[in-house]
Amino acid sequence: MSLEEKNFIEVNPKRCKGCAACIVACPNGCIEIGSEINQMGYQFARFAVRKCIACGMCFYTCPEFGAITVYQKPRKGA
Amino acid sequence: MHTIKHQKARSLYPTFERKAPGADVSHYCPGCGHGTVHNLIAEAIDDLGIQDRTIFCSPVGCSVFGYYYFDTGNIQCAHGRAPAVASAIRRTHEEAIVISYQGDGDLAGIGMSQIVHAANRGENITVFFINNAIYGMTGGQMAPTTILGQKTVTTPDGRHAENEGFPIGMVEIINSLQAPVFIERVSLAGAKKVMKARMAIRKALRNQVEKKGFSFVEILSPCPVNWKMTAVEARRWLENNLEPVFPVGNLRDLPKGPFDKVDKKKDSRMSDRKILEILGVNEEEVHAGTVQLQEEQNVKIAGFGGQGVLSTGILLANCAIAEGLKTTWLPSYGAEMRGGTANASINISHETIGSPIVSYPNVLMVMNLPSLDAFEDKVRPGGAIYVNSSLATRKVRRADVTAYHIPASDMANDLGTIQSASVILLTVYALVSGAITIETLKKVIPLSIKRKNLVDLNMQAIEAGVTWHRDNCPKP
Amino acid sequence: MGQHLMKGNEAVIYGALLGGATHYFGYPITPASEIAHAAADLFPRCGKHFLQAECEVSSISMLYGAAAAGARVITGSSGPGLSLMAEGLSYLSGSELPSVVVDVQRAGPGLGYIWPEQADYNFIVHGAGHGSHSGVVLAPNSAQEMCDFAYKAFELAERYRCTVFILSDAYIGQIMEPVELPRQIKANPHKDWALYGDADSRHNLLSSIYLKLEELEGHNLHLQEKYRLMETEIVDFEEILTDDVEYLFVAYGISSRICHSAVAELRKKGIKAGMLRPKTLFPFPSVRLQQLAGHVKKIVVAELSNGQMVRDVQLAVQGAVPVDLYNWMGGRIPSTDEIVQRLKKDIATG
Ligand SMILES: Cc1ncc(C[n+]2csc(CCOP(=O)(O)OP(=O)(O)O)c2C)c(N)n1
Ligand code: SF4
Ligand code: SF4
Ligand code: SF4
Repeated sequence: MSLEEKNFIEVNPKRCKGCAACIVACPNGCIEIGSEINQMGYQFARFAVRKCIACGMCFYTCPEFGAITVYQKPRKGA
Repeated sequence: MHTIKHQKARSLYPTFERKAPGADVSHYCPGCGHGTVHNLIAEAIDDLGIQDRTIFCSPVGCSVFGYYYFDTGNIQCAHGRAPAVASAIRRTHEEAIVISYQGDGDLAGIGMSQIVHAANRGENITVFFINNAIYGMTGGQMAPTTILGQKTVTTPDGRHAENEGFPIGMVEIINSLQAPVFIERVSLAGAKKVMKARMAIRKALRNQVEKKGFSFVEILSPCPVNWKMTAVEARRWLENNLEPVFPVGNLRDLPKGPFDKVDKKKDSRMSDRKILEILGVNEEEVHAGTVQLQEEQNVKIAGFGGQGVLSTGILLANCAIAEGLKTTWLPSYGAEMRGGTANASINISHETIGSPIVSYPNVLMVMNLPSLDAFEDKVRPGGAIYVNSSLATRKVRRADVTAYHIPASDMANDLGTIQSASVILLTVYALVSGAITIETLKKVIPLSIKRKNLVDLNMQAIEAGVTWHRDNCPKP
Repeated sequence: MGQHLMKGNEAVIYGALLGGATHYFGYPITPASEIAHAAADLFPRCGKHFLQAECEVSSISMLYGAAAAGARVITGSSGPGLSLMAEGLSYLSGSELPSVVVDVQRAGPGLGYIWPEQADYNFIVHGAGHGSHSGVVLAPNSAQEMCDFAYKAFELAERYRCTVFILSDAYIGQIMEPVELPRQIKANPHKDWALYGDADSRHNLLSSIYLKLEELEGHNLHLQEKYRLMETEIVDFEEILTDDVEYLFVAYGISSRICHSAVAELRKKGIKAGMLRPKTLFPFPSVRLQQLAGHVKKIVVAELSNGQMVRDVQLAVQGAVPVDLYNWMGGRIPSTDEIVQRLKKDIATG
């Protein structure tokens, strides 16, 4: 399946402080901390596993502003 | 095409220029609850369509820079005072949406008085109270909400109730008040709880939009840095340690406010003409005549409190104005008043009056014996003393002053009110001194006394005074 | 014209309302309570807002909020209340918010008592609260001036975006005198910097925080420049018989009323007394004092404190002429005669 047919989130690497709150929040274990380090010196989170249900739990839990954006897959017939 | 389901709220600035040019990350530590709450508030502002109307009151604490982020009206308040500031803004702009955002040191410590009274007044504002059980900004000192045993830099062995008391439950305190409409404690310990917090925050803001009244949301929030934990551990610690002390849940959610706010808007359009009228700016004055004073009158009127000493002084001053003269009136006041004696100093002059204080009167009116004893010696040689001889039973001892012993209380009693005794003295003084005329006195009395029957009694007192003067004071 | 017999404490509220006041927040204290009483009666009747705050810390914070929201806001209090307001006064200066604060000075320190004193001078004139800041300080000496100064106070406050203090005392608050009321109501103008809870003002921020050293330094310099401007623009004083004056009294408030009488008495005795009465204590009439110092024999500062204004006088005249202090504390008020006798004695003993 392509990304086109699935929900996903985007983590803005420049805005993430790697606190991992989103990782605990995600019911489907979609997020992980990567190994890269951003400008602020944090290992930032990334979307890893494509079982996202676009529930927004990660988004609402994240303490940063605009670090996470949640995308919903196209609705059938839309 | 994918649609964006959740993204940064519009009520947060795209970049945080007040922080630094182009900045787009917060100043908060990783995993700090403040950012989560900011996001939730900003989303609610967006969804309620109130961005333009919102004024965000930042506290002192880690969230002191709320104005970096919220693209709304912003004001930064002194430590703990945001609820008072917010109350005043509310009372200035009926349509503004006023948010007070505060930490636990700010709200439950230094600002306890302000929050309790704003809540008690039922101000139509929304308060978000971030309880992280610690002073974040200043480096991890004990907060009023620090739990027993919790180690902070000022409770290095943990908080002990014996020394520092118990953690304060703010929602419980607010819940003891009648006015608030919405009180809830929520937690950021986990995703589901965050969603509950989201609902409470939205409700608390919607209440304000609907003008329901005071809404209070306490948010248990992690401070990983000062708790010395990771963000994930902090959320667990919050759940296991803070929540048992501060149980989450809604304590109040009234369908409507406890009182109908008076609609002030009608009034605020009151015309200038109306206001001038209320303030009496264009009132006619009673101009009875122009008296030529023999000399400046430095009058002292003294007696028991309740003998009308102060008001008789005011009557005299008003008469002087009506005569086209300059005048001052100064009361004795304070403990003396409660002690039972009172006196008033009145100056009447053609010239601008310097000192309003009458240390050495040339006119003394005394209503009782203690006053005669107190002031007789102060009267300037050649002056006059008017004595209420019904109560001041001795004669004036001085030979270098003119004394008038008038049984004023008895005369007033005969008329039906002892209150008017001082007016009898004033009448005799008027006739003897010529400083004010009886005609003026009669014109001024109805203007300064509201009750009709008292006006009549005082008119009779004037007549009694006139008669006494005719019978007892030989024509010069 | 209509003359209204009223207390100084009432007159200040009439002046404020005619001067465009929209809000009053305050906490009762003798000898200033009649201000709150008059405001509680008249503000709502005139369609304006009155609220009794829970304490002076709150009332000054309410001034901060209302001023930020563009209101014309005033409070009245006395020493103990002013002490509590120090925090808010500093914030008001830091955020450059205009408001009017009446201090009806009573005798201190601590609870002291409710008699008059002028011992809040240092505190008010030299910046109440932390930081290098101040405000315009007006010193009325009659009920009429309580009204007149309140009438013009908001315009001054807005012109400089500062606090305007009306530094009165228990006697000027309690005295009743005929007051002629201004016949026009001043309008409260729209302020570009204020928060109105609308789209146009959404981008406004009122704050006293400056995180960069250069910015905070710049802010301080800006404030000082404002205070310096006041000195050239709004210094105000009254002179009594200063043309040929040899013995110059400097006094304000109730002291100036007594000195006024003393000057008249001394003149009758052939002594060339006169008075300079500052109507603004900040800015202080230093320049005029310097000029007068050139041709008087002595300056006498009369004040009800340990000697506070006297320092500003000394600073102004720079030792050009002897400056004596006649002072009283704890609520004691001199009689006219006491001042007359004292000056006569001082002249006799050189
Ligand atoms: C009058 C005053 N006293 C003390 C301070 C120092 N101070 C700044 S923030 C703060 C505590 C803030 O703690 P809290 O309200 O819990 O907010 P947090 O930083 O935890 O979010 C203190 C004591 C101050 N700014 N003003
Ligand atoms: S919660 Fe936000 S800041 Fe923390 S790791 Fe996830 S994306 Fe990064
Ligand atoms: S939206 Fe829900 S499912 Fe998708 S990553 Fe976030 S928390 Fe996981
Ligand atoms: S100190 Fe605590 S409250 Fe302050 S920003 Fe850091 S984590 Fe947040």
